[in-house]
Amino acid sequence: MTAVTSPGGEAGAAAPAATRLVQRVHWSDRVAHVWLVAIALLLLAFLAAPLAAILMQAFEGKDREFVGLSNFIAYARTPALLSSLWNSVWVSMAVTAITIPVAFVFAYGLTRSCMPWKPLFRGISLIPLLAPSLLSAISLIYWFGNQGIAKGFMQALGIQQIYGAPGIVLAECFAVFPHALMILITALSLADARLYEAAAAMGTSRVRKFFTITLPGAKYGLLSAALVTFTLVMTDFGIPKVIGGNFNVLATDVFKLVIGQQDFAKGSVVALLLLLPAVFTFAVDHYVSRRQTAMLTARAVPYKALPSKGFDRIMLLCCSVIALLMLAMLGMAIFASFASFWPYNLTPSLRHYVLGLVDGEVGEGFINSLKMAGGSALFGTLLVFFGAYLLDKTKGAPLLRGPVKMLAMLPMAVPGLVLGLGYIFFFNAPGNPLHGLYQTTALLTLCTIIHFYTTGHLTAVTALKSLDSEFEAVSASLKVPWFRTFWRVTLPICTPAMVDIARYFFVNAMTTISAVVFLYSPETKVASIAILNLDEAGEIGAAAAMAVMIAAISAVATGVFMLLARWVDRRTQAWRGPR
Amino acid sequence: MRMSDLFRLSAVAGTVLFASLGFAQKTTLTVYTALETDQLKAYEQGFYKAHPDVEIKWVRDSTGVVTAKLLAEKANPVADAVMGVAASSLALLDKQGMLEPYAPAGLGAILPQYKDKKSPPAWFGMDVWGATICFNAVEAAKKNIPKPETWKDLTKPVYKGQIVMPNPASSGTGFFDVTAWLTLFGDDGGKGGGWQFMNGLHENIAQYTHSGSKPCNMAASGEFVLGISFEYRGNSNKAKGAPIDLVFPKEGLGWDLEAFAIHKGTKKLDAAKKLADWASSKDAMALYGKNFAITAVPGMAPPLPNVPADYESRLVKMDFAWAAENRERILAEWTKRYDGKTEKR
Repeated sequence: MTAVTSPGGEAGAAAPAATRLVQRVHWSDRVAHVWLVAIALLLLAFLAAPLAAILMQAFEGKDREFVGLSNFIAYARTPALLSSLWNSVWVSMAVTAITIPVAFVFAYGLTRSCMPWKPLFRGISLIPLLAPSLLSAISLIYWFGNQGIAKGFMQALGIQQIYGAPGIVLAECFAVFPHALMILITALSLADARLYEAAAAMGTSRVRKFFTITLPGAKYGLLSAALVTFTLVMTDFGIPKVIGGNFNVLATDVFKLVIGQQDFAKGSVVALLLLLPAVFTFAVDHYVSRRQTAMLTARAVPYKALPSKGFDRIMLLCCSVIALLMLAMLGMAIFASFASFWPYNLTPSLRHYVLGLVDGEVGEGFINSLKMAGGSALFGTLLVFFGAYLLDKTKGAPLLRGPVKMLAMLPMAVPGLVLGLGYIFFFNAPGNPLHGLYQTTALLTLCTIIHFYTTGHLTAVTALKSLDSEFEAVSASLKVPWFRTFWRVTLPICTPAMVDIARYFFVNAMTTISAVVFLYSPETKVASIAILNLDEAGEIGAAAAMAVMIAAISAVATGVFMLLARWVDRRTQAWRGPR
Repeated sequence: MRMSDLFRLSAVAGTVLFASLGFAQKTTLTVYTALETDQLKAYEQGFYKAHPDVEIKWVRDSTGVVTAKLLAEKANPVADAVMGVAASSLALLDKQGMLEPYAPAGLGAILPQYKDKKSPPAWFGMDVWGATICFNAVEAAKKNIPKPETWKDLTKPVYKGQIVMPNPASSGTGFFDVTAWLTLFGDDGGKGGGWQFMNGLHENIAQYTHSGSKPCNMAASGEFVLGISFEYRGNSNKAKGAPIDLVFPKEGLGWDLEAFAIHKGTKKLDAAKKLADWASSKDAMALYGKNFAITAVPGMAPPLPNVPADYESRLVKMDFAWAAENRERILAEWTKRYDGKTEKR
């Protein structure tokens, strides 16, 4: 039997019968449910279960007996908590307040202007993703540290030293910029030109168009970007650890408790606290996504920016300034990697590269890194995009949707080291049927996909949200199974977003440290971990050199992805062009 | 016909399997370690020379990460042995019943203060790493700052904002500094001279770092003038060309051991014992002595440049049991005093 889709007219004519006219589930919807269950199981096994394995310890005492809330109470009594909590919150808010407008301007320039060199700018904007966060910390110290070149400039601005809140804010703004940008570009690049044409016909000013059409249309993307930024800063510990000085935040508290004191119970308490922003994000996302109407209806005409000399120049200037700041960050790290012994002997040498590759054994790490990054990009993109599609565009199984959505939002709030330890507790447990995965590249890859799931998910959802669900409705009434619509319509429209997501997974996998540091074995050791060890041993130059090499490899990969994007664009996005 | 094909195939497969087993006769030992990579290579070669039948798979990371990893894997251990990890960490693992007591061949020669008190011991020391101040002479000259001789010197106003030390809540090195000061100057439940000293020191501290190496690295690159760190890091930075002097304060130095232990429940106990025997041998001690001035077996280390002759006598009498028992109280007190109110201008 096939489904009965009720056309409105008929139902209206036969009012009494309509109450009994139950919309039957199409067999293909069942297929969607099966897939949704599969994704739910995957998220349960690789996210929820490992997290539970460690976070349950928040309720356990020294001998792993149940102690109720006493760990929470003990932690709440420590005076450090309030100051860490407050520090975390205000720094995250400050970074969000700075990053979102800047990223928005950049995204606006890339999507809505006709400024030249757009691909170049897009490439430069990815720099923070290309290298481990250690690189930005090293270069900030070389710029503004006590021996820094621009220290005087910073002090003239009234900032005494880079260590502490100023350093954290600066480095985090740099680090989260590409995350926010990716979501904002997706939000801004899908727009209905008819709205703008209508507005132009009525003589609406550019400013008014911006506030009445552009901004409301990008609302969902803006909010997602802001929440992602806030949560990422809350949970990042790499940057505060290196440049935070004595400025305590919750994420460094987790580090102190877990790594410094091996107190998993109290560490779990703090990690649970860090999950709160994600829960909040989920609630807001739920609320907003109900109100978001699709920008791109089935009848939409894609928006295409028209050249406008003055406006394009302003955008070019803004983007250039931002791009220059990014390049300054990378440039200093490159300089540091060649200086013999900073700051006392600045003659250029290749010493650090030799040391890193030969003694530091980073060379073989690169191979493992590439494997892991390739795997994350391929499987991560498929998983994330398909998952987002099933959540957003298929119907039924409401009980499943809420939890899966929640699980998709969770990873960004989980500090990597908590996820990593959770993986040990869960996958190394005797009797776990998945134990065979322990210490394999497959598990490292899965862990990385899960760790970076949320930004990918939000990008996919943002892309999907701007597509009218009429596409699905029409295909349903034509009795076309959803997967054909997915394959024929949705996927081609969304391929640019997918390439973005794949690239995002790839470069993040190249640089991630916090979770994988607990999971690698000698055979699967990745380059980013070797870099951390070099820094620990005081080989800052070698660490910078290897970070630059990772950035270079990631840059090449990014170039490949960009070519791919261009090819895909030409194949699938022709409909956006002038007819 | 088909059956015979199947037979032939399985015969070939069996031969291949057998041959590969023949090649894989070496026992592979998984050893968790916090040793430096360059040290590892030398120790590994030394061990292979004595026992070519055992192959070591090193899992290397900082002490904190290695300890956390071992504890997390407690339910289903991966490591067969632990080498070059802090004795204080191994004492912690021992308390959890995770170590296999074993008296290695060379145990007799190891000084009593450098091994576990039990018999047979759960762990034994390889070498000592002690507190050292890395003093950047170039930056000090620029700022007209004198070289300190004692811990108490560090509380003088001239050092304000110039000192970096590891946070005892994050780093084992930081913790033994604190316990040493409490041992030297008095604890007295928070009222003793040790705390008075730290009150004064806190006034001059620019930063508490999350790693024990970091302070010396910072001093080496001129970020700060003084870094309270440990001997090996000081020597290695100086060897790289950093303009630092090493200061070993006269009152006494905190220290810990790089130590060895066999993990309980290892399936390769024989190979692990071989490694333990080698690690306690004079050959191994001679290798440790190239990096560290004090080895667990006395007289094995040639005098290192930059390290005073009476270094060993400057080490404080460390009571590891006392430090472990009081750890939580000390850290709570320390955190309350110095960590909460850190951001002061």
